[in-house]
This record gives sequence, structure tokens and C-alpha cells, in this order.
Amino acid sequence: MDSEIVIELINVEKSFGSQKVLDRVNLQVRRGTTLVIVGASGQGKSVILKHMLGLVRPDAGQVKVFDKDIANCSKSELKEVRKSFGVLFQNVALFDSMTVYDNIALPLRERTHLSEAEIRANVEEKLAMMDLDKAGNKFPAQISGGMQKRVGLARALVLDPSIVFFDEPTTGLDVNKSNEIYRLFYKTQAQLGYTAVIVSHDVPKIFKLSDHVALLANKQIQGCLTPEEFQLSDNPHIRSFVETTMGPIYSSEREESSFYEKV
Amino acid sequence: MVILKSVMLKLLEKLGYESLYLLEVTGRMGIFLFSCLGRVLAPPYKLNPIIRQIHFIGSRSVFVILFTGTFTGMVLALQGYYTLRKFGSEGLLGSAVALSLLRELGPVLTALMVIGRAGSAITAEVGIMRNSEQIDALECMAIDPYKYLIAPKFVAGLIAMPLLTFIFDVVGIFGGWAVGVGLLDINQGTFFQSMYKAVAWQDINMGIIKALIFGLLMIWICSVKGYFLHLDRSGGFGAEGVSRTTTSAVVLSSVSILVWDYLISAIML
Ligand SMILES: Nc1ncnc2c1ncn2[C@@H]1O[C@H](COP(=O)(O)OP(=O)(O)OP(=O)(O)O)[C@@H](O)[C@H]1O
Ligand SMILES: [Mg+2]
Repeated sequence: MDSEIVIELINVEKSFGSQKVLDRVNLQVRRGTTLVIVGASGQGKSVILKHMLGLVRPDAGQVKVFDKDIANCSKSELKEVRKSFGVLFQNVALFDSMTVYDNIALPLRERTHLSEAEIRANVEEKLAMMDLDKAGNKFPAQISGGMQKRVGLARALVLDPSIVFFDEPTTGLDVNKSNEIYRLFYKTQAQLGYTAVIVSHDVPKIFKLSDHVALLANKQIQGCLTPEEFQLSDNPHIRSFVETTMGPIYSSEREESSFYEKV
Repeated sequence: MVILKSVMLKLLEKLGYESLYLLEVTGRMGIFLFSCLGRVLAPPYKLNPIIRQIHFIGSRSVFVILFTGTFTGMVLALQGYYTLRKFGSEGLLGSAVALSLLRELGPVLTALMVIGRAGSAITAEVGIMRNSEQIDALECMAIDPYKYLIAPKFVAGLIAMPLLTFIFDVVGIFGGWAVGVGLLDINQGTFFQSMYKAVAWQDINMGIIKALIFGLLMIWICSVKGYFLHLDRSGGFGAEGVSRTTTSAVVLSSVSILVWDYLISAIML
């Protein structure tokens, strides 16, 4: 648990116009671990991720990746840092005028010197891994939302990144597919040992995958704890989050039925 | 008195705000241009994207250029003939047609046609990529959007625009020949002789220089507008943002081409 810190947010503040979204956010991610950020919709989880990616600059505070303050470094330094990133955006952001195949091949074509045959082998392996064998020649607009998510994941993983950022990787997937994706994360992380930051609403299932869980509420991180500690925490925000998202699992059947009657 | 003072203050504030905004936009555009031109020169040099862009900007504009070039030459001959006849110098028709085309109409009309066809498409394409976070995605993959997305367009624009202008000039001259010699019974020898005597290398150079500068202006303005769509003060959101920005890119690049046309002519003549 004491591996070095790869990502660190120190007192990060961010406002959009008059709306304050983040207020002195502190967060650390250690090498090889998985951090899951949870929280209600619209709290700023994606904004935190964008800070880590260097897409959004904090109004105050520091964002350090590999000990480099990425909000205040040169473009070429930022690019160097980003070479170890694999990113899945919440809206996936596939290149919509390219086929699925070309989307996954693009990082290989632009960043490596592999031959077209090696690229093909690599991309086809990723397509098979994501259960997309037959979708290679389709365009993003021609596949379903869940398939787009999987293409985005394949694209994020194709260069064997050392840090991955997944914004809601399983939203829109059926239970089987999302289980499959979780198994895949587990396997690839064991293989590649990457550091992962995942934003997810899939509580409590995502807890199995995580080393740390951080709740974003009230513009701040309410404790960054192991999943077990998280569920037992007496921080009021975390308690109420745990109760609302996981309550029915622990409540007796009678309580639950009265809950539904009330609704 | 107090009211007057507050009105004056408001006015000054507004003025300051506007000039700051103008300065910001100009600075952004300047940095964009130099970054992109720097990327054009920096390795690695990939031919494929450039060829694809030349195909898009160039080849697919050829038909439009053939069409407009021919008709421009034809109408030039028609108008020129009746004007020149008043002075009894119909024999100069060939040189009049050729010089107007080479120096002015060829580069300007070609540029305007290409802006309408390709420039608007560039703004829309880049703007949509910005809006749907595709440019952010490129950056996060450590792929330089200037190098990958914009630089090939600059190269293609600088290659395609002079070639298209050349085509415009050639078909324009033949359009003029068809009307002058075929319709208005000017002697073919006289037509080409006067052209041959009047056209100097300098005229051709001027046309080429204009075409290069217009190509640069078009790609620059149209791509920078799309690229910084999200920073647009009037809001570059969604489909409407893209459509508004595309319109303004087309207007701005057309106007600047006409202004630069005057400037280049004034300097070179
Ligand atoms: N570019 C922006 N300009 C203005 N406001 C923004 C911008 N990006 C995000 N916000 C605001 O920041 C807040 C947090 O947004 P964010 O997308 O991070 O939420 P989230 O926690 O990811 O929610 P969800 O779970 O629904 O994805 C929202 O209120 C949003 O309106
Ligand atoms: Mg989000």
C-alpha cells in the first residue's frame, strides 16, 4: 500500500463562471492501484478527471502527475506525460468519421512505428477482447452506445498505458457485459500493472475492483478509503451515500417493501 | 452630470473590453498560425493525409473551377469587346482577357469558390471535432492535433490553390477565345498575338503569389475558427454554434481575401 504517488491533487479549486465546482480538493493515487471516484451526478467527477488529464486548469492548487505540475508545464512536457495515458471519456469521443477499426488503430499509427500488419494483429486482438469482431468496419454512428463504450475502452488500452482514466466505463452496458469488462480490467491490470482512476455509478459492484474509493460530495473529496473502510465510515456524506446506494442490500425484506410502498 | 459620467465610464469600459477581446483573438490566431506552420516543417512527414486533403480541397473543386473559369472568360471577352470597340481596339481583346484573369479574377474567384466549397467544410469538420471532445481525445492520446489535423490542410491548401488558379486561368482564356474568336469574329492570330505581347512573367508571378497567400488565408481562418469554437464569445455550442461559426469563417476569409488582393496589387504593380 506504500507504493509511490503517481497522481496528486493539492487544494484544487475550480469554478465555471460563478458556479464553484471544486473547493480545495485533495486526492492521491498510488502506483498500480485503482481509485474509484463516486458521487452524485453533476458533482464534478468528470471535472476532476479532466484536471488529471490536463484538459482543465485549476483556478488554484496543483495537479501533479509523475511529480510534474501539469497545469503549469510546457506543452511538450504535458505531451510526454500523456504518452502513458489511456483515456475513456464519458461521451466516449470516438472519431466519428473513422471506422471502429481505424479508431483503435489510430494511436498505433500515430505513436508507434509498427507495420500495418502488426497493427492489424494488435487491433484484431483488441476487437476480439471487447467482443466486437464484426463491428470493425462500421462507423461509430452505426453501433450501439454500449458498443461505442467498448470501442473507447479498446482504444484506451491499445498502447498498454501505465495510467488509465475511465469515465463511467460500464454505463449503458448490460450486466453480463459489464461483468465481462470488470473481469477484463482485473486481468489487464494484473498483466500490465497500470494505475487506474475510474469514475463509476456502478456501486457496490465496482468496489470489488477498487483499492480506494473516494466520494465527491459538497465540492470536496469526503475521504479516500479502502472499500471496507468506506462502507463503515462515519463521515455523514459517506454514510448517506452508502445507505442510499447500498441500503436495500442490507435492509431486511420488510423494510424494503415498506420502502417501495412509500414510493 | 453624474449620469453623463457613468455613461462615459460604461462606454470606456465597453471599449476596453472590446479591444482586449480583439487583442486576445488576434493573438490566439497568430499563435495558431505559427504553431501550425511549425508543425508543417517538423518531421515526421506523412504523405497520406496530405494527399487526402489535396483530394478534398483540390480535386473535388476542379469541376466547379472549370465551370466558373470558362464562364468568367466568356463574359470578360463579351464585355471587353464592346468596351474596346468604342476605341477601335478590339484587337487587344486577347490581352485584356488574359491580364484580368491572371492578375485578378483567376486568384480571387478561385479562392472564393474554394472557400465556399472546402473552407466552410473545414470549419464545420474541425468545429464538430472540438464540440464532441474529439480534439481533447487526440490531445490525451499525446497526438498533436496541430500536426495530425491541421498541418496537412495547410500543405494541401498551399499546393491546391495555385493549381486550381492555374486551371481557372487556362479555361478562362479558352472561354474568352471561344467568345472572341468564335462568336465576335476576332482574328485568332490577333487574339493570341496581343496576349503574347502583353503578358509578362510578372503578371503570372503576381497570380501565383496571390493564390499562395489566399490559400494560406483560407486554411488559416477556416481552421482556426473551428479549432477555437469553444472559446467563441457568442457561444459555440452544438449544431447552431457550428453553423454560426462556419458562416462567420466564410465571411471573414472572403473579406480578407479581397482586402489582401488590393494590398498585393498595390504593392506589386
Ligand atoms: N465546461 C464547463 N463549463 C461550465 N460548467 C461546467 C463545465 N464542465 C462541467 N461543468 C459543471 O460542473 C459540474 C460538474 O460536472 P461534471 O460533468 O464533472 O459532473 P459529474 O460528477 O461527472 O456528473 P455525472 O455523474 O452526471 O457525469 C456541473 O454542474 C456542470 O454544469
Ligand atoms: Mg461525469
